[in-house]
Amino acid sequence: MTETSHPAVDRSRDISQPLDRLGPDETLKATSDQLRGTIALGLLDEITGSVTPEDNKLMKFHGIYMQDDRDIRDERRRQKLEPAYTFMIRVRMPGGVCSPAQWLKLDELARAYGGDTIRLTTRQTVQFHWVLKENLRPTIQKLHEALLDSIAACGDVPRGVMCSVDPRLSRLHAQVYAAASRTSAHAIPNQRAYHEIWYGEERVATSEPEEPFFGRQYLPRKFKIGFVIPPSNDIDVYTQDLGFIAIAEAGELKGFDVSIGGGMGRTDQAPETYPRLADVVGFIPAEKVLAATDAVMSVQRDYGDRTNRAHARFKYTIDDKGLGWIKAEIERRMGFAFEPARPFSFRSNGDEFGWVEGEDGLWHHTLFIENGRVIDHGEKRLMDGLREIARVHKGAFRLTPNQNLCISDVAPEDRPRIDALLSEYGLVETRSALRLNSIACVALPTCALAMAESERYLPTLIDRIESILDAHGLREEPITIRMSGCPNGCSRPYVAEIGLSGRAPGKYNLYLGGGFHGQRLNKMHLENVGEQKILETLDEIIGRYAAERGADERFGDFAIRAGYVPEVTEGRFFNA
Amino acid sequence: MSASEFPGPGLTPDQWEHIQSLAKAISPEQALWLSGYFAGVRDAERREAGRPALAPNIPVGRPAAAASVDERRLTILFGSETGNSRALAQALSGAAREAGRQPTVVDIADYKTRALRDEQDLLIVVSTYGEGDPPQGAADFFEFLDSRKAPKLPDLRFAVLALGDSTYERYCEAGKRLDRRLEELGATRIQPRVDCDVDYDEPAAAWTADIIAKIAKQSGANGAAATVLADAPHVAGPASPALYDKRNPFPATVLENLVLTGRGSTKETRHVELSLEGSGLIYEPGDALGLMPKNDPQLVEILLAALKLDGSAPVEIKGRASTIAEAFESGFEISAATPRFLEHWAKLSGADQLARLAGEEATAERTAFLRQNHVVDIVRAYPVAGLEAQALVAGLRPLQPRLYSIASSLAAAPEEAHLTVSTVRYDLNGEPRSGVASGHLAARATPDATLPVYVQANPHFRLPTDDRPIIMIGAGTGVAPYRAFLQEREARGAEGRNWLFFGERNFRSDFLYQTEWQGWLKDKLLTRMDVAFSRDRATKVYVQDKLRAQAKEVFAWLEQGGHVYVCGDAAHLAPDVHESLIGVVQDQGGVARDAAEEYVRNLQRDHRYQRDVY
Ligand code: SRM
Ligand SMILES: Cc1cc2nc3c(=O)[nH]c(=O)nc-3n(C[C@H](O)[C@H](O)[C@H](O)COP(=O)(O)OP(=O)(O)OC[C@H]3O[C@@H](n4cnc5c(N)ncnc54)[C@H](O)[C@@H]3O)c2cc1C
Ligand SMILES: Cc1cc2nc3c(=O)[nH]c(=O)nc-3n(C[C@H](O)[C@H](O)[C@H](O)COP(=O)(O)O)c2cc1C
Ligand code: SF4
Repeated sequence: MTETSHPAVDRSRDISQPLDRLGPDETLKATSDQLRGTIALGLLDEITGSVTPEDNKLMKFHGIYMQDDRDIRDERRRQKLEPAYTFMIRVRMPGGVCSPAQWLKLDELARAYGGDTIRLTTRQTVQFHWVLKENLRPTIQKLHEALLDSIAACGDVPRGVMCSVDPRLSRLHAQVYAAASRTSAHAIPNQRAYHEIWYGEERVATSEPEEPFFGRQYLPRKFKIGFVIPPSNDIDVYTQDLGFIAIAEAGELKGFDVSIGGGMGRTDQAPETYPRLADVVGFIPAEKVLAATDAVMSVQRDYGDRTNRAHARFKYTIDDKGLGWIKAEIERRMGFAFEPARPFSFRSNGDEFGWVEGEDGLWHHTLFIENGRVIDHGEKRLMDGLREIARVHKGAFRLTPNQNLCISDVAPEDRPRIDALLSEYGLVETRSALRLNSIACVALPTCALAMAESERYLPTLIDRIESILDAHGLREEPITIRMSGCPNGCSRPYVAEIGLSGRAPGKYNLYLGGGFHGQRLNKMHLENVGEQKILETLDEIIGRYAAERGADERFGDFAIRAGYVPEVTEGRFFNA
Repeated sequence: MSASEFPGPGLTPDQWEHIQSLAKAISPEQALWLSGYFAGVRDAERREAGRPALAPNIPVGRPAAAASVDERRLTILFGSETGNSRALAQALSGAAREAGRQPTVVDIADYKTRALRDEQDLLIVVSTYGEGDPPQGAADFFEFLDSRKAPKLPDLRFAVLALGDSTYERYCEAGKRLDRRLEELGATRIQPRVDCDVDYDEPAAAWTADIIAKIAKQSGANGAAATVLADAPHVAGPASPALYDKRNPFPATVLENLVLTGRGSTKETRHVELSLEGSGLIYEPGDALGLMPKNDPQLVEILLAALKLDGSAPVEIKGRASTIAEAFESGFEISAATPRFLEHWAKLSGADQLARLAGEEATAERTAFLRQNHVVDIVRAYPVAGLEAQALVAGLRPLQPRLYSIASSLAAAPEEAHLTVSTVRYDLNGEPRSGVASGHLAARATPDATLPVYVQANPHFRLPTDDRPIIMIGAGTGVAPYRAFLQEREARGAEGRNWLFFGERNFRSDFLYQTEWQGWLKDKLLTRMDVAFSRDRATKVYVQDKLRAQAKEVFAWLEQGGHVYVCGDAAHLAPDVHESLIGVVQDQGGVARDAAEEYVRNLQRDHRYQRDVY
């Protein structure tokens, strides 16, 4: 990370270049008439359930992804039928907070258009899957009735803003959550296209540009912002492009330590791509959050690589230009310097389950939802149960970054009612600490990029690992395990103590040595292996862990001490 | 083009005379070859013009190749998901140009497999996916090559560059498969395959350099000449041109038999491909294939049991000795009963009830009864003790062949006939029953099985000259002939516009041949397509509604000399569409009802409005 690049910094791959020197997506964005494209037209095409590849890219900016049921893709190809196209809609829900009324609307829509299931995501929101093209407008219009939308839930824009759930510190959460939603509202681009295409609003002729900050090319790539409240690192702040770490005194929010340059995404066999953990660059007072956000985003907007999307995330901009240079540029644009970072410390990046009481005397129940999949399954009726709870609940819901759900702000006298419903719908169970600390991405059958199973497979893999843990008496030992169906790392697997990323059906890379509270990247231990090899390997390592671990030594730390993998101190060394 | 037809566009009388006398002189095979030859000449011109080749699969490319270019045709195929192979293929093409060749680079996903026969030099760059699978879009091509439909490729020269990742067990499997298979098909390997790991740059560059050196050297006319000869036998047709017909059907081998309707469909519609190889059978788009089915062996058993007859009981059919079991299976209709059978069985059983139904005055009642009671139901209800097998068959109707519109064109699928068959299934008297022929095709026509078939010409359902616009209207299996029409027009490079109206129940499951229509829309062969799915929404829509909705355009096409075709259900579709057509002319022509009817009648008189309904 030399700073010699300063002041003459390389501009050959950024927004300063003409379109023909940049990647094709830049032209697409620039000529999309601010994200309108031909989406409205494509919705009318009766010959296909799909939209054009160009419109598909633009629809991401509207929070909508075209997918197809990959389980029957090949079958349909033989039948001379196009793939079974459906759409995924990702709702924008800063900090994962929603009202019972909003939940009831989500439930209604999932039952009407979304295949009777709701998916809680690793960024604290919900996704609908299985939505047919002709049902997109109805779904989005009904979301609107509940004051929800999917604007900028995907695309080369600031994504859903995260915020620690931490129910205990009620006052602090209120203040930080307020900052998070303000930032979300401030950061998302103005897009009239959304209102015209989905709500059917008239196009209003105006002279001034529709999006003054992002312009016609928006950002080079997705950009992720998160607010965290120590000692919980539930949002994995080090994986965010821009992180705000709440610094409080006596429960009063003072300001934030700012972290920049986190990200997970990588590509197999492409060492120039790597996950990277964010660097803390300094402290800012609470009222400077928006100024800092604009400054950081504008640096990425102006200097991010627009020639190669695999190298366009902020993390690469930082490593290319040098952290020092980037920090200076941010300060120049903020008009003030960062104060020295304040001390803080994290304990874990997981959730705390069951009932806890907040300072304000209200209660919060965090419910484990395996891989965030809300669905009725035999005795276990999550969809129905949560609907009934939403009908009686007076507080709010908070979706957690670990794909779980917190029924928050429950008055003491209302607890029995909630408890009764939880047991009535089969939602009270005891689980191993490993399972409670597990995350799996969606992957098959909906994810277009999946190379292997994830959500549908991790639970059974955990069953098998549990018997290994039982054999060594470690069932209650929290170990983080995260699986992604491809290298993109939607489950943030590269900070897990046990990480798995899919390579091909039944084949995964196994990573070890991640930091228990998300402070250290893990390192690949096995490449492209099947379940048996994975279990054999874990059996040996867990066995030794049980026997040789130091006093409260974490599994990830042990894997390094025992020499299974070297410690990864910086993203650039992840592939070393 | 049958000789009887009027002079084509701009033929001088004596040109026309030549053609007619020639047409009388030559065999069907020769005629077919000639049609191919002419198409080929135009095809060559088209290729000159740099437009995509639309070679009919008869050796058309040949004479053209011999006549025009003095070098072997060079095609570079690539199969790619993330673009590596694509990039390498383009580099390869650049190098080939420098070496004085004119390569065409095609993504395997867009490659028309029937062009394979015409290839001369074929270079392939392909990657591997899944667990040793080809890239998504290439799967069809691989399946075709592995199938028995893959052509022999004696005069093809090829080389394969395989991309992969050695951390996978099935390393570069897709490339290996192609390399192996092309050799099996008789093609000559120009140079050994090279398998590239993820750092493929150097090995790929080396392979490219070598191959260019090889193909740059030996181009030239002799290659093309050789292929002309090589193809001669292929044109000559069957050694013994036995002519098969309804009386003497040809045992066609089933090549493919798959269900077109997707999961959750309320019906089952199949795509059946039959091989006519060696039959000398020739058909034109619009013709039907006659198929002689067999009855379901289970039904035969059930009926024998109901009659308390032994299957081996001897019977004589048209002077030929046989057994009752065999007679039931392949000699007679044993599901639906005829009035004649009713009468016959009334006599044998002496049942007054049947006698009454058989009487003249009971017509309506009889029809109703026969709909509810098939042969097996009747013999069960009115048993006859000590029945003579011979006495029984006397009352049965000989098994009839079923007709199916041919869904393919010889130009696209030489020596094949494709059918689109909807399986007839119903419950009667508490038992599941199925149609004889469609049931046979659904249950017992697996690949390699043979079915007796013949061609049933349909001169009243014919494509117009290539320049005419056509409007094709069909519901369900009614689209079958339109697949043939479009294959033919594509192969001929016909310039006329094509508009298809298709109707079925559900978009998701019943959009028959969806991906093929989409491909033709993309290629602009299909100018327009309108669909009506009746069960997707609360309000039902049918093709005739879509026709009305497009009245303005439809009328415009008619005024521009368009031909209209209607195929499928005779009971509802045909009359409803007819009504809509009259309506369209009324609205758009601004004329009175009778004038509109006259207009439509004239269309029919001029053979511009043709129907194939059943
Ligand atoms: C639903 C979710 C996973 C889950 O199980 O919860 C998810 C699902 C998908 N992600 Fe993700 N990502 C999700 C969080 C993440 C995270 C975690 C995070 O942000 O904290 C990451 C890693 C952090 C990062 O961005 O580096 C992540 C990195 C990616 C990437 C890789 C980006 C990169 O820099 O390389 C892609 C692919 C891409 O963008 O090209 C991707 C793309 C996708 C898509 C949309 C696939 C696609 O582009 O077609 C997946 C949709 C699957 C489906 O059927 O629903 N997703 N994705 C998460 C939704 C979060 C949200 O509500 O917005
Ligand atoms: C020119 C032409 C082209 C054709 N093209 C095609 C084509 O492309 N595709 C296609 O699928 N078909 C086509 N047909 C129809 C086809 O020839 C057969 O008629 C059809 O497949 C049914 O034959 P089958 O032997 O399976 O049924 P059959 O054994 O003939 O059964 C039909 C009989 O079953 C009985 N039956 C049916 N349903 C019931 C019920 N619910 N209750 C009681 N009895 C019932 C009736 O007696 C009916 O007559 C075409 C027909 C013609 C004339
Ligand atoms: C999901 C997936 C599965 C793969 N499976 C195999 C395999 O089984 N065997 C192999 O040799 N390579 C395999 N590969 C590696 C690709 O073939 C390799 O990346 C190749 O360079 C891709 O070329 P392309 O960009 O032309 O598609 C796989 C790659 C992916 C992404
Ligand atoms: S990690 Fe890959 S497979 Fe899993 S959801 Fe993200 S993109 Fe899909």
